[in-house]
Amino acid sequence: MQFPESWLRNLVNPALDTTALAHALTMAGLEVEALAPAAPPFDNVVVAEILSVEKHPDADRLRVCQVDVGEAAPVTIVCGAPNAAAGLKVPCARPGAKLPGIEIKVAKVRGVESFGMLCSSRELGLDGAADGLMVLPADAPVGEDFRAWRNLDDTLITLKLTPNRADCLSLAGLAREVGAITGAEVRLPQINTVPVRTADSLAVQVMAPEACPRYLARVVRGIDAQAPTPRWMAERLERCGIRPLSAPVDITNYVLLELGQPMHAFDLGKLGYGVQVRWARAGEQLALLNGQTAELAGDMLVIADADGPVALAGIMGGAPTSVSNETTDVMLEAAFFTPAAIAGRARRLGLSTDSSHRFERGVDFDATRQAMERASQLLVDICGGEVGPISESVAALPVRAPITLRLARLARVAGIALDADTVARDLAALGAAVERRDGALVVTPPSFRFDLAIEEDLIEEAVRLHGYDNVPAQPPAAPTRMLPQDERVLGDDVLRQAMAGLDYQEVITYSFVDPAWETALDPAARPLPLANPLASQLSVMRTTLWGGLVETLRHNLNRQLERVRIFELGRVYASLDAQPMRLGGLAYGDALPEQWGAQARRVDFFDVKGDLERLAGRAFDARPGVHPALHPGQCAELWLDGRGIGWLGSLHPRLVQAFELASAPVLFELDHAALVHRALPRYAGLSRFPQVRRDLAFVLDAQTPAGTLLAALRDAAPPVVRTIEVFDDYRGKGVAENQKSLAIRVVMQDTERTLTEEDVEEAVRKLIDTALRQCNASLRV
Amino acid sequence: MRNPNEIVAEALAAIQGAPDLPTLEQVKATYLGKSGQLTDLLKSLGAMPAEERKTAGARINEAKQAVEAALKARREALQQAELDRLLAAETLDVTLPGRGPGGGGLHPVSMTLARIQALFRSIGFDVATGPEIETDFYNFTALNIPQDHPARAMHDTFYLQTGELLRTHTSPVQIHYMENHPPPLRIIAPGRVYRCDSDVTHTPMFHQIEGLWVDENVSFADLKGVLADFMRNFFERDDLPVRFRPSFFPFTEPSAEMDIGCVICGGEGCRVCSHTGWLEVLGCGMVHPNVFRHVGIDPERYLGFAFGLGVERLAMLRYGVDDLRLFFENDLRFLKQFN
Repeated sequence: MQFPESWLRNLVNPALDTTALAHALTMAGLEVEALAPAAPPFDNVVVAEILSVEKHPDADRLRVCQVDVGEAAPVTIVCGAPNAAAGLKVPCARPGAKLPGIEIKVAKVRGVESFGMLCSSRELGLDGAADGLMVLPADAPVGEDFRAWRNLDDTLITLKLTPNRADCLSLAGLAREVGAITGAEVRLPQINTVPVRTADSLAVQVMAPEACPRYLARVVRGIDAQAPTPRWMAERLERCGIRPLSAPVDITNYVLLELGQPMHAFDLGKLGYGVQVRWARAGEQLALLNGQTAELAGDMLVIADADGPVALAGIMGGAPTSVSNETTDVMLEAAFFTPAAIAGRARRLGLSTDSSHRFERGVDFDATRQAMERASQLLVDICGGEVGPISESVAALPVRAPITLRLARLARVAGIALDADTVARDLAALGAAVERRDGALVVTPPSFRFDLAIEEDLIEEAVRLHGYDNVPAQPPAAPTRMLPQDERVLGDDVLRQAMAGLDYQEVITYSFVDPAWETALDPAARPLPLANPLASQLSVMRTTLWGGLVETLRHNLNRQLERVRIFELGRVYASLDAQPMRLGGLAYGDALPEQWGAQARRVDFFDVKGDLERLAGRAFDARPGVHPALHPGQCAELWLDGRGIGWLGSLHPRLVQAFELASAPVLFELDHAALVHRALPRYAGLSRFPQVRRDLAFVLDAQTPAGTLLAALRDAAPPVVRTIEVFDDYRGKGVAENQKSLAIRVVMQDTERTLTEEDVEEAVRKLIDTALRQCNASLRV
Repeated sequence: MRNPNEIVAEALAAIQGAPDLPTLEQVKATYLGKSGQLTDLLKSLGAMPAEERKTAGARINEAKQAVEAALKARREALQQAELDRLLAAETLDVTLPGRGPGGGGLHPVSMTLARIQALFRSIGFDVATGPEIETDFYNFTALNIPQDHPARAMHDTFYLQTGELLRTHTSPVQIHYMENHPPPLRIIAPGRVYRCDSDVTHTPMFHQIEGLWVDENVSFADLKGVLADFMRNFFERDDLPVRFRPSFFPFTEPSAEMDIGCVICGGEGCRVCSHTGWLEVLGCGMVHPNVFRHVGIDPERYLGFAFGLGVERLAMLRYGVDDLRLFFENDLRFLKQFN
């Protein structure tokens, strides 16, 4: 909400300068978002009247004006403005004046001495036309300082109000609040009952009293809709950011700003019979004031005549019944629509109006009549006319039930004891009725406060007026208890650090992705679509981290990076009940950063597999598998503790092409929960006896996975065998086509005795036997 | 008998002239070996008269010691020279860069999350998490956000076509946690949150940390104490000014916004603080009784405070990042600055 400081000070004038006032408002919860001068600085500008205009003797476009600046004799001013004319009142900068960007001096203009400058709005830094002199009203006082006359030494204050403080959406409300904060006296405008001069009235039938518990209507006949809006009113409206339109409309807007009561003026002549306040009917439409046609829904409240809706209650009037220049008779409306009846509707129609903004948050239902009288008075004063009696319809208005505020509870919540008298005084200053009880106050909130319903609401008000800054910041005392630390679960930070140690850079990508990535990576994916995405590339919830990782790769390749190793720890989304955390990663480019003393080679499947084994602290059971995003021959499902926990592989060549990559990145994605669970280490004893190593080379079908042979050997190995590992995979010279040679290291040791040659031979024989029987693998000789 | 002194002179010359250890060993054999010249002299002693034997023996021994000393010195000199040569040959250009894999690093948002968690853990806050796809109930209703609160409007909240929504804040974790853990409790809940908003200062996804402390006597003064302590420790500035302003959140009452003195300009006024000298860093307040009622906690017995802070904002202030969008562009040139 924006308003001029001068208006507020007119109602309450605390002994604080602008900055101090702004600070007081901010610290009371009415955050001042901006302070701006009403006009840029300039001086020595007076109201002047052009007495005569003559052509400049030496210049076609210039005129020589005799100007009355309020001194004994007129002054000569050379002027180039096309609209300069005798009798016009304009702002005049006198010699010595400093305007935005220019200083005025006595100067000869083409041989004619000029004593100042007649100004356009733009030359003074004000809004308005630049191509001519700023024309002032005929009653402007010649010779008076222009700044003072236009009240330009004013500050525009913009508040960022929280939605609970609807009562501060008016100058009167703000004045009351400032009074409570500062203790300054509040002088609200005197509102009198306007004498009724015509018996004409319009009975409005309220069909939805639950939504409109109070509706006031009044007929005013014989107004001059073209009467000019007084300058003081136009100025205040403008400084609140509202453009003056015509006097009747300006008056309703003025009352809204002054008292917070949205009002509407209907052209009585265009209003049909049987005016009602009712819920809209399906299919009804209304041409609104802003030119838009609203499709109404059954939960939208309207004012309607026999022909249909004429206004969207509490939101915006309809165009056909709006006040025009020709209007002579109006019906003024001042109503209380409940927040529940208005909230959300404007937004659904793409509207946000000063009226709906206030009704949604709560308008004072006890000040409706005052607003009606205020508007009537202003209308009669400015546009003339005769007012009829107010017709009023009242149903069940909100009830402000008394709330008990226990001072002990206040002290417990606030952490500071507040004195009962002070609290009672502060709450009374906010307009509440306060009654003292033993150890408590019984507080009845005022009608304009929709946010005070429970004891905590009052506690906030008491502490707020005491000043949040005046509550001590105390280190809390609490029993010290240690936090549980599950040693069998690796913390996320440790996991991230481990990945960083393995040369992966962490990235964070959006949880919503391009559906095209999802389908490219897995044609069977059915990602959850957003109902209201920001853009189509961010319209579905990811089911894999790979889309974001590949996109990050592309982004960085486009920025001249050639080696990209990244990971992300984040969720993928299947449904409300399935949003598992995954660790995903990608490696692209050289295995090592370019460096001296190391041969460059591309990162491959086994580099990344090794990274993951180091991460997990143990080997995975890697099973050849099929994943639509991965190269069918370079793809493994990784198993840990008897279950599949994710995938590792090179991006499928089809996708390498589709994503326009020069080569295939290696990708992995693992289930986070399975990855971080590990057994508690358990000491198993060390053998004091020597270990024996035997290396065995087996020749077998190239298609048989090493893992199959290893599994068979490990399964068959006698207890003295400690480890069986592959240390070479050889194909080529000396080994038949379609065959390979796997070198296996067998380490044996007994915990009770030194192994004999016979023990070792027996174990080796058993392994060779098994290899031949189960994997058709023969010992290479 | 040959004069031992002559032999010594000859031997010393040979020792000095020996270019390497093998030659030196040969020289040793020539004089001190089994049939070396001094050995032979000693052997000849037996044939001498007893009265001469004593003096001659002493002279020969002296000679022998002189040769042995020279041998030792030469050996050491040659060994030193050999070592020096070896060391010179093995000398590296230590200014060459080290080898091996590169190093990765953490995202600055993760670093900030970890830092915040560590600070709160140090005073006994446990870490809780919750789902990002949420129901209307947890995101709004249970948090006392009435049906037509602006936060529910389509322009703020991302909805799924199935009717669920993406949580707009980490506050629903409060509800999940309190449903399953009786008070007293002290948690923080970090995570991703989503708002349907994208411009220079908004990204549709960002991170929050929610904090919640519930016990029989937790007051607004405690809230101020904990959060001021946190901010001063986060920024490592004991003199960091803080202030609390009344505000409004449906799930807290009283509610407050916390400002810190601008850490960029020191309160002088700059672009970052919109020339106010203050930075709004978090929203907080005392848990609203309706929130307690939703999870079956007696609001008469228990009090609590809650807060929610934007992680990216703190990361930006801490590390001097001036564009929020950098966090999600994942440009490695940006990310590696934090390694």
